[in-house]
Amino acid sequence: MQTDFEQVIDKLQSKQQWDFPGGVFPAQQKELSNQTQILTLPLAQRFFVPVKQHIGVEGHVIVVAGDKVLKGQALSKSMNDFAVPVHAPTSGTVIGVGPHESAHPSGLPELTVEIEPDGEDKWHELSPLQDYQNQSKMTVLAAICDAGISGMGGAGFPTHIKAAPKKEVEFLIINGVECEPYITSDDRLMREHAWQIRQGIDVLTHLLSPKKILIAIEDNKPEAIEAMQVACHENPQYMVCAIPTKYPAGGEKQLIQVLTNREVPKQGLPGDVGVIMHNVGTCYAIADAVFSGKPLTQRVVTVSGHAVNKPGNVWALVGTPIEHLLTHAEYQGAKQPQPKVIMGGPMMGFTVTSNQVPVVKITNCLLLPTANEVADTDNEQACIRCGMCADACPASLLPQQLFWHSKAKELEKAQEYNLFDCIECGACAYVCPSEIPLVHYYRIAKAEIRIEQDEKQKADKARERFESRSARLVKEQEARDEKHRKAAEARKQAMESNGNGAKDKIAAALARAKAKKRQANESVDNQDPPIGSIAQQPSTTAADPSANTSSNERVAAAIARAKAKRAAQTQAQAKATGDAGSSDEHGTEIESAANESTTQPVDDTPIQASENPVVAGPIKTNEKRANEKLEPVSENALTTGTAKPLPVALAESLSVEPAIAVEAEQKPPITELKVTKPRVTKARVSKVITTEEKVSPASSGESLTDKQIDDASKKVKVTAAVAKAKAKRAALQKAKAEDETVDVPLTENKEEQQLDAKKRRIATAVAKAKAKKAAQTANTNNKDES
Amino acid sequence: MNYKLASSPHQHIRRDTGQLMRLVIYALIPGLFLQTWFFGFGTIVQVLIAVITAVVTEASILELRKRDFEKALKDYSAVLTAVLLAISIPPFAPWWIIVIGTFFAIAIVKQLYGGLGFNVFNPAMAAYVMLLVSFPVQMTQWLPPLHLAEYGHGLMDAVYAVFTGYSVEGFSLAQLRTGVDAYTMATPLDAIRTGLAQGLTYSEGLENTIFDSFTTAISVSWFWVNCGYLLGGLYLIKRKVINWHIPSSMIAGLFLCSLVMFLVDPDQFASPLFHVFSGSIILGAFFIATDPVSASTTNKGRIIFGLCIGIWVYLIRTWGGYPDAIAFAVLIMNMAVPLIDYYTRPRTYGHR
Repeated sequence: MQTDFEQVIDKLQSKQQWDFPGGVFPAQQKELSNQTQILTLPLAQRFFVPVKQHIGVEGHVIVVAGDKVLKGQALSKSMNDFAVPVHAPTSGTVIGVGPHESAHPSGLPELTVEIEPDGEDKWHELSPLQDYQNQSKMTVLAAICDAGISGMGGAGFPTHIKAAPKKEVEFLIINGVECEPYITSDDRLMREHAWQIRQGIDVLTHLLSPKKILIAIEDNKPEAIEAMQVACHENPQYMVCAIPTKYPAGGEKQLIQVLTNREVPKQGLPGDVGVIMHNVGTCYAIADAVFSGKPLTQRVVTVSGHAVNKPGNVWALVGTPIEHLLTHAEYQGAKQPQPKVIMGGPMMGFTVTSNQVPVVKITNCLLLPTANEVADTDNEQACIRCGMCADACPASLLPQQLFWHSKAKELEKAQEYNLFDCIECGACAYVCPSEIPLVHYYRIAKAEIRIEQDEKQKADKARERFESRSARLVKEQEARDEKHRKAAEARKQAMESNGNGAKDKIAAALARAKAKKRQANESVDNQDPPIGSIAQQPSTTAADPSANTSSNERVAAAIARAKAKRAAQTQAQAKATGDAGSSDEHGTEIESAANESTTQPVDDTPIQASENPVVAGPIKTNEKRANEKLEPVSENALTTGTAKPLPVALAESLSVEPAIAVEAEQKPPITELKVTKPRVTKARVSKVITTEEKVSPASSGESLTDKQIDDASKKVKVTAAVAKAKAKRAALQKAKAEDETVDVPLTENKEEQQLDAKKRRIATAVAKAKAKKAAQTANTNNKDES
Repeated sequence: MNYKLASSPHQHIRRDTGQLMRLVIYALIPGLFLQTWFFGFGTIVQVLIAVITAVVTEASILELRKRDFEKALKDYSAVLTAVLLAISIPPFAPWWIIVIGTFFAIAIVKQLYGGLGFNVFNPAMAAYVMLLVSFPVQMTQWLPPLHLAEYGHGLMDAVYAVFTGYSVEGFSLAQLRTGVDAYTMATPLDAIRTGLAQGLTYSEGLENTIFDSFTTAISVSWFWVNCGYLLGGLYLIKRKVINWHIPSSMIAGLFLCSLVMFLVDPDQFASPLFHVFSGSIILGAFFIATDPVSASTTNKGRIIFGLCIGIWVYLIRTWGGYPDAIAFAVLIMNMAVPLIDYYTRPRTYGHR
């Protein structure tokens, strides 16, 4: 279907082209401004450099008010593939970085760097690319990106992206068509700087390796055609094509159709039909960037129209307020019924909101028409269905149908008539005898459709979130039930295997009671950090034999935990109140809280977990449960990539074998790191949900308290605590990285919140201790028997 | 600084609806002139009455609809409708014929549907059909060419005839319609039709008319009038007021139909050339079927629209109850326009 390469070349070589449907022939008015050389203007008083002058993402501003900048110094940094930096147009001082009227039809303020020139116009140190052909393509592309080059034909698409194609390029088309009336900036540029444009094309050719380079110029610019022919004549790969003057031949899609008879598929890119197109101005800027290292700080702007005395082209520094250009072109406001400045051409340009709007990288023309040239079309009449719009439409749309549906807000119908294939060239409205501002209707309809789609997307997302949350809650409930069932079974089994003595029965009863209580406080179990729960186990078990004495210790430990929790809570609240303080601050806070909680109970808890070999049985059960409990958590810890389930590691460190003690010394920090990281991360992420958020750090702090109790020696504990704190800080710093699966802790937290922390904890500890004691005795009995 | 804001495009071709309508009216002048030359001032009188009626009707209805009628009158669409209708009716038809017709065209066919741009049917043709069906006698009393008329008539005669039914000198309409040889005026289409109905073959009928210098003269007069309209129509195409699609496809449709039938049986069916150059085919093709509001709007659709009108004209002329059928054919196809438009959407750029 697609016209093949040879056919295209044959046709072009015989000086013929294809045609696109429709099109109009507005009065050219080019001779107004193309008779004189491109002038250089004196510096303006102030420069307003918008941070985003291209399609994509804005860069990150790297200057602040008061900074001295040199000409060509970057003002913003590209943080993203679709961001290109902007540069200081001249040397001077940054006065401010803030909103300023934009070069956009809305005129809405956007982030702009305001610079007061020092008059020296001193260049920043330039670093031209030596011998670009022997550099890697990435280097050249980076140079283009760093020079802040985005398409200068009007759309402002970042050039480095278009210069790095994903598909094979058959034709590199250089667009010098400039089909809009009045505009002559590309015309003059080609006449005066054909050689530099050629150099830019060379760079692009090197990057894109196309089979053929077509330089397309409308036949109403014979001088430009000749200049480009002279510049390109010695390379047979380059072909200058004069194409018939017809608006909008310079539109990307239309030009591709004229030169190659190919159509860019809907929602596709020119690359899909083997074509890449760049504007001549872009080529000039590329040559500047590569060969002299100069970033894009100036461009040719046509100032034309009969309301200026001296129409012509000027080199305008990016950021120059248009007032400066108007003054130099001797703008005669009196010739206009009401001041009206069009940025761009009369067909697709937009009216600016004030004379302080800056020239940006895509500004090719400032048009100041008199009332005779451009009438105000508020004279809309009824559509007479004459169909002239359809005859003029280069995209073969039915503008009249689009109009009916757009006006009636039948947006779906409008889309059915391919509203989004409209390129807004304005040909339909130009020919409309009823002077209906058709394009305006389409723009409104498009905007409405986009808003509708956005809203729909949002609603869809919300619904999706709700549904997945409900599903998750159900699943969790099921998992919990399952877990409890298993735990109960395991206990039953353990009891059964532990013999039938009366003591056993008592033990079993106790265990059951414990299990019941546990179930009742299921939430407690859940929220209990796994480490904590494991840690608690031996400590309380150990404490139990000397129950009377150790009850005090338990209380003390509980108090310590509560303290730690409170500290963490306050901290979390501080976080919740919305201070966007640096992560370091939080880190230290948590650290101190952790330290506090670690040291306190240590003094009066001389019991060592590892001294209790008897606990092994119950621990195993617990370990299993903890394992289950923790699984989702460790899944959350995607960033950390824990291979080994945490509880296992911990349980190892806690188990009877003395050798592990050494391991325990080293391991806790590591495991702790693994655990805390996701948790703190979660805390961060859940910032939005303030109520739930508080608990996460709390529980982590708590876990520390618990953990330390069972550590073998003070030293180990302190080391571990310090290591943990360190790990925590590290984790906090990383915490910004997103971890959206907040789910598990959130639900746990909610439940936990409902209970009094202290009471519950003590109760749990007691219950646990009792159960353990029972189990222990049972165990001993067992052993005795055997 | 308070800058004026506007939406692109800022430039406009500067050719508004009023200009387009005026151009169409100007393009009617050669044909109108020849029609007057051959058949007297009756048509001019009718045009004047029609225009006045149309403007008054349009203004009053717009006033009733609380619209700005001054602005609407400047689009000249009502005037054009009036002129087209006046040209289509017999020159000496009584004044109330054209008044009723014009009122019907503007008030009922156009304004009741929502005004300019919203009417489904071609106002002039709808009114013509209404008149033809309601007042068949008055609507078929055509005049012989002036140079063949028994009694000549001038401008004042025309005015008198239209308003009173008698010329200044007191001749009745019937007398005015009498030719030199006391033949009553009939259009060639009528003559052939009558001949065929009498059992004559087409060629016999034609021979009849060839021997019959009177009918031939009428034929020739109408041929010249048609040439006048053709000239105007070509001018409109050149000025890009109308597209070539509808006129050419309409003529082609009629031509092809008659050619096929003529080849099948030359005795029974008239020749294609005869069909194309008699009656109001040219006027219809260039000025009536091309009415933008009620015609198809896509180029493919226009061709189908024109072709079908041509075919309908042939069918009605040959087998229907009326000697000429432009109005009926146009109205029938007006009804089909939404359907045609729906199925003839052009392929949008980039859509396969």
